[in-house]
Amino acid sequence: MKLELRGITKRFPGVVANDNVNLALNTGEVLSLIGENGAGKSTLMSVLYGMYKPDEGQIVIDGTDLVFASPADAIGAGIGMVHQHFMLVPVFTVAENVVLGVEPTGALGKLNIDEARRMVREISDKYNLDLDPDAVIEDLPVGVQQRVEIVKVLLRDAKVVVFDEPTAVLTPSEIIEFFEIVKTLVSAGRGVVFITHKLKEALNIADRIAVLRRGKVVGEVDPKTATESQIAEMMVGRPVQLTVDKNSAKTGDVVLKVTDLTVLDADGRTHVENVSFEVCAGEIVGIAGVQGNGQTELVEALTGLRKATRGVIDLDGKDLTHSNPRERHQMGMAHIPEDRQRQGLVGGLSVAENLVLTRYHDDQFSHGVYVDWEAANAVAETLITEYDIRTPNKETGVGTLSGGNQQKVIVARELSRDLRLTIAAQPTRGVDVGSIEYIHSRIVKERDAGTAVLIVSTELEEVMALSDRLLVMYRGKVVAELDPKKVTPMEVGLYMAGSRPDSAVSA
Amino acid sequence: MSTTEVVAPLLSLEQKRRSRNVGLSLIFLALVSAFFLSARPGDAGFKLVESFTLVLPAQPFAQALAVVLGALGAVQLYRGFGKWTNVVLAFATAMFVVGFLAWATSGGSFNLTGMLQDTVTRSVPITLGAIAGILCERSGIINIAIEGQLLGGAFAGAVLGSLYGPWVGVLGAMAIGVGLSALLAVFSIRFKVDQVIVGFAINFFSLGLTSFLSQRVLTPYPEYNIVKPFTPYAVPLLSDIPVIGVALFTQTYFVYISVIAVVLTTWFMYRTRWGLRTRAIGEYPQAAGTLGVDVLKLRYRNVWIAGAIAGLGGAWWPIGTVGRFDQNITNGRGFIALAAVIFGRWHPVGALTAALVFGLAEAIQLKMSNLDTGIPSEFLLMAPYIVTLVVVAGFVGRSRAPKAAGQAYDASK
Repeated sequence: MKLELRGITKRFPGVVANDNVNLALNTGEVLSLIGENGAGKSTLMSVLYGMYKPDEGQIVIDGTDLVFASPADAIGAGIGMVHQHFMLVPVFTVAENVVLGVEPTGALGKLNIDEARRMVREISDKYNLDLDPDAVIEDLPVGVQQRVEIVKVLLRDAKVVVFDEPTAVLTPSEIIEFFEIVKTLVSAGRGVVFITHKLKEALNIADRIAVLRRGKVVGEVDPKTATESQIAEMMVGRPVQLTVDKNSAKTGDVVLKVTDLTVLDADGRTHVENVSFEVCAGEIVGIAGVQGNGQTELVEALTGLRKATRGVIDLDGKDLTHSNPRERHQMGMAHIPEDRQRQGLVGGLSVAENLVLTRYHDDQFSHGVYVDWEAANAVAETLITEYDIRTPNKETGVGTLSGGNQQKVIVARELSRDLRLTIAAQPTRGVDVGSIEYIHSRIVKERDAGTAVLIVSTELEEVMALSDRLLVMYRGKVVAELDPKKVTPMEVGLYMAGSRPDSAVSA
Repeated sequence: MSTTEVVAPLLSLEQKRRSRNVGLSLIFLALVSAFFLSARPGDAGFKLVESFTLVLPAQPFAQALAVVLGALGAVQLYRGFGKWTNVVLAFATAMFVVGFLAWATSGGSFNLTGMLQDTVTRSVPITLGAIAGILCERSGIINIAIEGQLLGGAFAGAVLGSLYGPWVGVLGAMAIGVGLSALLAVFSIRFKVDQVIVGFAINFFSLGLTSFLSQRVLTPYPEYNIVKPFTPYAVPLLSDIPVIGVALFTQTYFVYISVIAVVLTTWFMYRTRWGLRTRAIGEYPQAAGTLGVDVLKLRYRNVWIAGAIAGLGGAWWPIGTVGRFDQNITNGRGFIALAAVIFGRWHPVGALTAALVFGLAEAIQLKMSNLDTGIPSEFLLMAPYIVTLVVVAGFVGRSRAPKAAGQAYDASK
């Protein structure tokens, strides 16, 4: 089978998400589609999968023009998709998820669940995926959930399988397993589209790499000859620095001291268990871990957004376990939250308003019940220039800015004062490469000014590059403290998966 | 989400608070038993069958009850019953209700079997309303409009039942239910209006329209508002069983239909393709949508079916009981049905259980107003609603709503 996208154009109000895109894929090969967030990769794949109707252009399979009105049509044409956010019903079993939409049934639509189980087992055995049809999705690790998605696609006999950012949620050893599965699929005569923003992985697995920038295919490269910096330049449109530039840390006194911290949620599930660590002035401590291993809850407990069930949090020797977020903030704690839309910014307010959100009540801005907007605007103007926030003006709604510029608004607000401790969770998630460079350099600058910095990130490369000391969280516990200069990503990955490198069989 | 098992009995703050509140409630019930229920001497007679009356000495029973409840409360506060908490609380509440009835009846006797029969009868519209709620919420649509659908069904049932007989009345009520639910469907599914607001609008629309028509049409033409209601049908053999024969098997068709509805809904929801897809679009519609399931179509269909069932529940008033329609005759039962959905954890059998609890509250309230208890009747009228509040606030803590309930479906997310 040969799949072609010819001249696909998709416009949204104010943006051209895909601009005359041409791509071709044969079965038996891996095409990697690479580009920054917002380059139009996901839109293009939604068009291919029948979720969006293209404004112009055709989808052609084996020379036939096809129109996909819904995912059902795309599935029928032999296209399968594994979405970045898994399309699995968390409370259903593996078998129920796999057969949804193509259920084997008897009279009155009675489900034949035994047949469903058999179908899952058959495919799982054939491709060596090792799945239990009766396991409930929410109890499974993400790596296994991804295999369930693959079985879904295979059950529908997809000739072309699209993976949208498949490695974002995997540990390094799971990524290696995933690549093995991709190779099996290709050798079984299927085509694979691998969407990613990780250059190394594209170079590793792809037969061809197509680079997308601002909705256009800016070029196709051969992974055998291309280099990372060459592709990065194509993605961004200018030369970029891919490594973090920093000197060794000049460590001072202990600033943050966490002792036996345990955090339970309302239902009594343990998210953080007996965690103890310290962060000193002038050093960056990184916390690595697969998403959902308690990092979110740890950060929420440290910043006062969630109550600690047990344990003590000290800042400069003062117990702030029971302080509220504003008190912590006033003691010199900065927080760059992992979800900027939900926690970091008020989307409907202007850039200027967001920039003073943590300070509007200071004497500088508040006189009784009045806010001195002149003073606030003046500060906002300065920050916009200083932190290079690309916004039409300070009155623009912050929600309309790009991800990178939204993140810079938060960084500007949080870092533009005297700090003792900076907590940054996923500081560069969904941020363009240019802004990543800038945010990283800001964080290092903060460290060099003597602030204690705690970085939480599921991007292993990022957290290893930034940290002076690395902690690994697994199932709510800190399972390792490592020197990032002395370990490989592979070793850290094993800790992230809950095993110890010395006792584990190497993958 | 990966979580570790709790090994030590470490509880989150919320769990501690809930556990303490249950303990305090038990102590409160114990105090009421000790100082209030035990204040009336005399025996209470609960008539079970014609020839047998159970006699309970009210005062000693209340004193014993106070001791037991106090002990349970103390244990709960001291170390907690863990996973047995709800069982203990249910048992304690049931015993307290018996104690309360003994106190109210002391020195006299009343027909307990009749009260149980009444409980089952009164649970009908709540059960059917709750099934309508479950069908919608399981598909991802919050149905606040149950009250309006019941009311519309009651009106249509009264008028059509008067003109063409009870069965036509039932069908007409179901049709009106579908019509009102079609409004909910179009606004919430197609136009993506906030579902709670649409639901409220439908409730007020239905209340206003039926009240207006009731004044302008039914009052001047009373012949449109006189239905010959269904009479109880005694199931052969089963109705001869003492106590439950009367309570369960000497009832109108409505009771039997609502039990069948519960059984069928449960079977279809958990054993069929339709049920799997319905639960999928209520939990994670994108998962179903990307597999080619037509989410919107299924939501429409389920909301319509729900409307028919709610309309049927509304027909219970004119055709199952009083034989006529009055303004606002449903009087909030649709909201109680909504509580039954939550209390029953979005499961038809759970909702039926909840509906029986609410039916019991109503039946007791009716009995109390006949017995001379000294409690003002206005206070007794509040009883079903207070039970609703206590039940929803106290028990429901951990139940989990379908994740996508209330969210408009956006295929591109």
